[in-house]
Amino acid sequence: MRRRWVQYAMATVILLLGWEASAWVAEWFAPTGSASVIPHPGHVLGLLGLEMVTPSFWQHVGVSSYRVAMALVISFVLAVPTGLYLGSTPKLDRITQPLVYLSYPIPKIVLLPVVFLIFGLGNAGKIAMLVLILFFQLFITTRDAARELDREFKYSLFSLGGTKRHLFTHVIWPSSLPAIFTALRIATGTVIAVLFFVESVGTRFGLGFYILDAWGRADITEMFVGILAMSAMGVILYELFEGLEKWLCGWKPR
Amino acid sequence: MPSELLRLTDASFTYVDHGLSVDALERIALSIHEGESVALLGPTGCGKSSLLFLAAGLQFPVNGSVIYRGLKLEHPHREIGLVLQDYGLFPWKTVRKNIELGLRIRGEAIDKSRIDMLLTELGIEEQGSKYPYQLSGGQKQRVALARVLILNPQLLLLDEPFAALDTLTRERLQDLTTSLWAKRQFGMVLVTHNVQEAVRMGQRILIMSGPPGQIVEQIENPQAMQVGQRSSDNFYEVAREVRERLERLV
Repeated sequence: MRRRWVQYAMATVILLLGWEASAWVAEWFAPTGSASVIPHPGHVLGLLGLEMVTPSFWQHVGVSSYRVAMALVISFVLAVPTGLYLGSTPKLDRITQPLVYLSYPIPKIVLLPVVFLIFGLGNAGKIAMLVLILFFQLFITTRDAARELDREFKYSLFSLGGTKRHLFTHVIWPSSLPAIFTALRIATGTVIAVLFFVESVGTRFGLGFYILDAWGRADITEMFVGILAMSAMGVILYELFEGLEKWLCGWKPR
Repeated sequence: MPSELLRLTDASFTYVDHGLSVDALERIALSIHEGESVALLGPTGCGKSSLLFLAAGLQFPVNGSVIYRGLKLEHPHREIGLVLQDYGLFPWKTVRKNIELGLRIRGEAIDKSRIDMLLTELGIEEQGSKYPYQLSGGQKQRVALARVLILNPQLLLLDEPFAALDTLTRERLQDLTTSLWAKRQFGMVLVTHNVQEAVRMGQRILIMSGPPGQIVEQIENPQAMQVGQRSSDNFYEVAREVRERLERLV
């Protein structure tokens, strides 16, 4: 754990040094009298400190966190049981395969206007858009994990007197957990990216709005505060899933 | 005369592989009695494991029948235990949880002292809280045996259980299984492609050829499962005879 914190601290130092260097280069090439497009990290961190004591900043963070959390929970509840069930039911899996193959490659983000027309511009529409994208990432990975279950495990369980219900609880669910956590970690990057996109439309709250608002006012330093906050949200989510996996999948060799 | 546990009558088995029908077993006739140990010997791919899965109630014959204690076997029977070559242990459960699983899913009481005794009997008393990946191959196979023995099987089916182990570990586990069998007197079917293992553990050695798998030879081997048998002249004589018969088949 301590080693991980040291690694994080070192990575942060490297990133800050790279950022500082980029800020100097951007300043060097900026036209005379114009602001640089990359502010110095010290300025951004200073403003972040000031913003963190204002309720409005936390309102943006809270709204974004709520949207992300709801989207993750709903996607998980819809995608994981469906994936586990289809993956362990070959006949049904074969029947539904064409539907999955046709719908998965469609870039869901282009459906944004349709989703907003159906669910509205409020939280429901934004969460629905996030769910639409996250669902397939979680569903495909979970289904594939359940599909690849070793015959030995099934035979072992059935020979001990297990039923299909036992197979699900004692074998399919625990054996698929590592793949589910991998999907969740990958989904973290996606959900933050799409969050920025959905919060650029029809809202006055959320970190996406915060960034775009600052950009519109040409306040580059504040824009970077928003970018930093959104990145922190991604890192926290990633670490949360990593920690949960370590706790629930302690049986995996590391 | 011990009563009959398992009877296969003209049992044939076919499975589908990549859309093609494969005949795995053809007209198998086999009878196993209480307290008897039988070794099924044959080359890789001759259908030995398929036969074992029929006996376990995990697969079903396309023709013929599989009868356990006079009743058609339509699902895995609670008196039949199965140990697989790759152990079949669940990596996400500790040794103790793996062993408890059968009791748990059957709704039986989990007697911790009985589990402790069994762990000690099998020499894995220190491994209870470990996960399978932390065990050696021999320890994993002991856990697989414990998981089945805790359920008091009357018929134990072993599918090449020691194939992945080194010679010494394999012989130790053969002797351990032999002593467990002597104490508990369950019927036993061992699938193996190792001649010495078949001679050590099969009071009756059935030689299979195939595919499709057929039982083509039967050798009586009453001295199997006895202490010290491995170093007796009889052991080498029977092993030579089995090898000659196998070679004639190739």
